[in-house]
Amino acid sequence: MSTLQITDLHVSVDTEDGPKQILKGVTLTIDDGETHAIMGPNGSGKSTLAYSIAGHPKYTVTGGSVTLDGEDVLAMSVDERARAGLFLAMQYPVEVPGVSVSNFLRTAKTAIDGEAPKLRHWVKDVNKALQDLNLDPSFGTRSVNEGFSGGEKKRHEIAQLELLDPKVAILDETDSGLDIDALKVVSAGVNRFRAKEGKGVLLITHYTRILRYITPDRVHVFVDGKIADQGGPELADALEAEGYDKYLTKV
Amino acid sequence: MLETKKIESHLNPAGSFDLADHPVPTGREEIWRFTPLKRLRGLHAEAEFGAPTSTTDWNTPSGVRVEVVEGDEARALRGVSGLVPNTRFAARVLAEVPSTLLVDVPAEAEVAEPIHVTVQGQDAGAAEAAHVVLRFGAHSRAVVVLDHTGHASLAQVVEVVVGDGSQVSVVSLQDWSDDAVHLTHHEASVGRDATYKHVGISFGGDVVRMDSNVHYAGPGGSAELLGLYFADEGQHIEHRLFADHNEPRTKSNVVYKGALQGQGAHTVWVGNVLIRQVAEGIETYEENRNLVLTDGCQADSVPNLEIETGEIEGAGHASATGRFDDEQLFYLRARGIAEAEARRLVVHGFFNDLIRKIGVPSLEEKLMATVEDELSKNVLKDVTEVGA
Repeated sequence: MSTLQITDLHVSVDTEDGPKQILKGVTLTIDDGETHAIMGPNGSGKSTLAYSIAGHPKYTVTGGSVTLDGEDVLAMSVDERARAGLFLAMQYPVEVPGVSVSNFLRTAKTAIDGEAPKLRHWVKDVNKALQDLNLDPSFGTRSVNEGFSGGEKKRHEIAQLELLDPKVAILDETDSGLDIDALKVVSAGVNRFRAKEGKGVLLITHYTRILRYITPDRVHVFVDGKIADQGGPELADALEAEGYDKYLTKV
Repeated sequence: MLETKKIESHLNPAGSFDLADHPVPTGREEIWRFTPLKRLRGLHAEAEFGAPTSTTDWNTPSGVRVEVVEGDEARALRGVSGLVPNTRFAARVLAEVPSTLLVDVPAEAEVAEPIHVTVQGQDAGAAEAAHVVLRFGAHSRAVVVLDHTGHASLAQVVEVVVGDGSQVSVVSLQDWSDDAVHLTHHEASVGRDATYKHVGISFGGDVVRMDSNVHYAGPGGSAELLGLYFADEGQHIEHRLFADHNEPRTKSNVVYKGALQGQGAHTVWVGNVLIRQVAEGIETYEENRNLVLTDGCQADSVPNLEIETGEIEGAGHASATGRFDDEQLFYLRARGIAEAEARRLVVHGFFNDLIRKIGVPSLEEKLMATVEDELSKNVLKDVTEVGA
């Protein structure tokens, strides 16, 4: 079971002109096994939602709550959140020079599970995860994200998703910058994750394209730090046809 | 033949063997302005060089001559690399030290095993001086490691002759005790089409200053100058590099990485590159990165590039000094890795990159262990507490 519950979340970010309110009361519940898509124009606060849930220090929660299976996520440190079962696939994965992918993956897996993975299975699992995402086995010896192409970075994020096996995955514009082949590979990885028992997905995207491969249970339209509209997968189709204009003119 | 035009480089004062040309530095000179002269125990000035108190040992792989030479042979080796001293201490070492430690690798010898010279200091209260010559014959291949530990006040000149077409690595490790003072000048002459790798690694000592210089004895030579340093509370570690591109189609690549922790930890990196008029078609790049681990540290980083010809393949430099990258830490922590462990990974990664480039496998593990020891003083304190 896994339920991510976001209630009346207010988040601000520090700017040169003082704190700026980005999220203005977001309420959203991802129930057991559900996939929710958050769509919206640039600057609507989609990424802020993702990073706030993960605990990025740049964002200050000024009100509301986030719970994972009833546990107070906001009271946890960044790494505690990950160990509690949250995973954020980042839009811009960070380079960590000199740290190999295989060392990184093993360290993360050990941290999440609280014990080192059994070596024999682990090597097999890593190789399979890399292979499934069309990443060469030699990928393990490269430094984390260093010199990766945009597509490699995103595929590496999804390989981590499959290996670390969280309860709830937040995918922040994982589709941006991918060509159609890479998009299919990445979507297949996300669908493998969804196929497991009780996994939640919060899929943040600017475009409807990825929703052709990953069908959401719910779609939320984000405008100006709030949910402006919500519905089923058909809402994505409407957005594809009409764009965000009608929401923007309302503001 | 192209004429090498003699030029006055303000960064690199003309040298002289005559001690009278080298007044005692005051600290206002460009090349001394970062060095705490008061802590040098007179090595830069008038300290009397006594008989060596440190002990020096080495292995002698077959076909290689390693020996302390004296008399005419030692005298003939003064300036064998083309070194004309530009500091008083280097001029004094060449003029006053009666013997020379000579490592002689004959032409075409391929020495698989590193030649490991250990210098174990016994008395930091006694000033001493040493002259070392590493001579590599044409087309030879060899690795020399100079390993300094213990207590010493040492003024040292290391001359390296890299023969035409040879492939040579020289690693100098300064892992002194806290009371050591070490001034050292490494001068390499890189032969035609030769490949020279020089690695300066400084962990221990009260004051360590290394000048690692390279010039070329023919076109097509390539020099890679790597370095790694870790300054703790009160330590002064200074690395100065000089790539003198005096021949065409030569290459230099400088990468130095340092970390600092503790009150008064001070590191200096000065990377000088001179591209002379004759040196057409050269490539040079220099890079210095410093990781500041605690408050109260100072890292000076000064890249200097003097260019006298427009006909170059590439020239560039980069310098960055900073604390932990918050985004790196966030990324690792977002994967469940606890903060202290994330810091350890980042620092390991920072040095790993460089340690892998050294290319002496027997050293790599030792260096990683030394880095780990250094980290346990601050960065990893929390980890050990958690793990206990």
